[in-house]
Amino acid sequence: MRANAVEVTGVSRVFPGRKGREVVALDDVHLTVSEGEFVSLIGPSGCGKSTLLRIIADLDVPTAGSLSVFGKSAHQARLDQDYGIAFQQAGLLPWRTVSDNVGLPLEVHGQSRGSRRSRVAELLELVGLADFARSYPDELSGGMQQRVAIARALAESPRLLLMDEPFGALDEITRERMQGELVRICAETGAAVVFVTHSIPEAVFLSDRVVVMTPRPGRIIDVVDSDPGGSGRRDDEFRDAAGFFHTVARVRELLHGGPATTTGQAVPAARGVETR
Amino acid sequence: MTQGITKLLRLLGRVLLGALGVLVLVGAWEAYKALGPDNGVVVGGNTILPRTTDLAMPHVWDMLTTFSDPVNSFSGSDTVGSVVWSACLFTLKLAAIGWGIGVAVGLVLALLMARFRLAETAMLPWIVLSQTVPLIAIAPLVRRWGSQIHLGGWVWSSENSVSVIAAYLAFFPVAVGALRGLRSPDATHLDLMHAYGVGWWRSLVKLRLPASVPYLLPALRLAAASSVIGTVVAEVSIGLRGGVGRLVIEYAQSAGGDPAKPWAPIFGAVAVGLVAAGAVGLIGLLCRPYRRGETA
Amino acid sequence: MTSATIDTGTTATLRVRPLRDSRLTTLLAPAVLGVLVIGAWQLAVEVFDIDPFIVPSPRAIFDQLVESRASVWEGMRGTGRNALYGLLIGAVVGIVAALLSNALPVVDQMAAPVVAALSVVPIVALAPALYTMFGAAVNTARVIVAAITVIIPVYFNTLRGLRQVRPVHRELMHVYAASPVRIARTVTLPTAVPYVFTGLRIASSLAVIAALIAEYFGGPVDGLGKAITSSAASSNYPLAWAYVIGAILLGLAFYLVTLLVELRVARHQPGS
Repeated sequence: MRANAVEVTGVSRVFPGRKGREVVALDDVHLTVSEGEFVSLIGPSGCGKSTLLRIIADLDVPTAGSLSVFGKSAHQARLDQDYGIAFQQAGLLPWRTVSDNVGLPLEVHGQSRGSRRSRVAELLELVGLADFARSYPDELSGGMQQRVAIARALAESPRLLLMDEPFGALDEITRERMQGELVRICAETGAAVVFVTHSIPEAVFLSDRVVVMTPRPGRIIDVVDSDPGGSGRRDDEFRDAAGFFHTVARVRELLHGGPATTTGQAVPAARGVETR
Repeated sequence: MTQGITKLLRLLGRVLLGALGVLVLVGAWEAYKALGPDNGVVVGGNTILPRTTDLAMPHVWDMLTTFSDPVNSFSGSDTVGSVVWSACLFTLKLAAIGWGIGVAVGLVLALLMARFRLAETAMLPWIVLSQTVPLIAIAPLVRRWGSQIHLGGWVWSSENSVSVIAAYLAFFPVAVGALRGLRSPDATHLDLMHAYGVGWWRSLVKLRLPASVPYLLPALRLAAASSVIGTVVAEVSIGLRGGVGRLVIEYAQSAGGDPAKPWAPIFGAVAVGLVAAGAVGLIGLLCRPYRRGETA
Repeated sequence: MTSATIDTGTTATLRVRPLRDSRLTTLLAPAVLGVLVIGAWQLAVEVFDIDPFIVPSPRAIFDQLVESRASVWEGMRGTGRNALYGLLIGAVVGIVAALLSNALPVVDQMAAPVVAALSVVPIVALAPALYTMFGAAVNTARVIVAAITVIIPVYFNTLRGLRQVRPVHRELMHVYAASPVRIARTVTLPTAVPYVFTGLRIASSLAVIAALIAEYFGGPVDGLGKAITSSAASSNYPLAWAYVIGAILLGLAFYLVTLLVELRVARHQPGS
């Protein structure tokens, strides 16, 4: 059996603070992401969702527990370039054109100029910025910059995509469009995705499973399956389906501290999450 | 507790490394002096490496012992060290006055330019241009002009000329730094003040001045160093007695007899500059809360 | 369209206005101010009948400048040559030193006291010693004096620029598992470029002044400094001022050329 895309086992991450005030960002977290599966991490500020993503990306190291990415350590997965990443800030290099920014990972990994050109054009077409190929980041709005960053993350058609609130700065209309594109791309490439978000509808629309987290200490409360039901397609019809609203309500319940869980304790209310 | 000790050790480490750096420089000086040709290395008519005679490159040790040598051959004369010390204090005083004037002028100009866009567009290019004027040529002129000024019983002295020149060098970094600082608040903060109905001058006190502290502090430090440099340049140009600049020229002229002596006032001038910049840097410690927004 | 803030080549920040308004004012306002000041100066000299010993009239200086333009140009070439060599050498040394200090913190801490001392030393104090070291028949001392003046701003500004890499860019390169050389080429050096130019801009006119000051202490006869002293000594004050104007023009030229190169090379960079 092929390895899972991501396997997180008992991971904890504690940040030392001054005067003994340490922050427990993650506490004994277990998570498995199968190949081709779309998983969202949702929760209020401080629940550790970004920290977990960074640990998977080998940008941080857990203080306890272990994790594997495609059966290897996170470090090895990074060296083997098994994943693509989109940060919260677009992080474009201001002295490069949009094309050169999108082509950056290809360039860094030694692809020739010619093959880069066609791939970059393809990607820009995908995110709707073909007209801005020769523009500079300072000439683009925040939302457009983020679209370039996403195109960049997809450049090498990775098997795993790590995304930290990439649509946060976009308006609702563009956001829904980008969500549709992302779903299509993942279906085509079969990439697994770990997606951090603040928005419940977004999480339910995009993911196969929604992982609900809570802060202080950062823990997973529960995981909710988001099944498109009916036609099995994640499209605009799905947004209006009854199943969609039920799943959204379930996630909201968990975040707000709904009825007692099976352990017999009430789940604490979680704030700071979009519930539109 | 351990944090305090770590900080202390780190400081000690830096001091030691700094001392090591100076020793490396001294070592390079002495090594070149021992190994290099007497007439230096000449390439295509240009001397690219210095001459290594005792006259041209005195031993570092001699440079240090010169401080305790008598200044001249008269019995009971002061040591070089004490003469340089008094001269340094003299120069420091003039530099401080120059700095004060320069800071005042710089701040006034910055306020003017920050308040009125037109003032900025009209004056800033000239202010930048002002620093391309070779002061060493202007210093005698300043003294000449000063001597024309008669205000009651007060007569313009050469020392005033020196302070004016120092102020000329000092005002520029302050004007530029203060202007940047006054213009630095976020658009959001400015809009906030506007929404509260706060006028320009009140928002100056509440918003722009505090916001300009991170820009002003390095400018003030730079102005202190520039002021010292300007003071020494003016002292040399006017030939003012009592200052370090004059000593540099005097001792250079008698270098034949004692090659290490001219280096004493050089070290003195450097010390004055470091003390001036350091003293102004201490002001930064008082302004801690205003510096919280500072990045690297 | 929302208004944007632009960092110009000078250290001021302008809000973008309609084009015709800002371009014209930026050129006209300082020009008008200059004309007014010079006009007032000319008037003062005539009305108060001021002796050229105190200050010559702008008219007299201008006439003298035109009449002696050949020798003023010669002086500018002499001083300019030394300043240029000093600028180039100082820039290279400053940049290399900053690269070393950035790569090896040990070097940074070892160099700190020497750099601090160099940043406060008055050039006038070093000049005589340098002439003794290198001899008074060559221009080396002048070039070195200019170079020292250049090294300091270039070193500090370059070092600052090298440290300005944004965390998100650093993390991006980490995620790409890029080699240190690749990281330097793709992110660190391009980030530092605008800072390097800030240092060079500051250093450019300083180099001219330093080269000129060094001429006062010896060395060969060419250069504006020598010309100023000799014409002042022979009481030809308008001529001395003409040479001073030459020095100002030279400093301005150095500054403008550096600014132009900067605008060409570092256009779409966030300013320092």
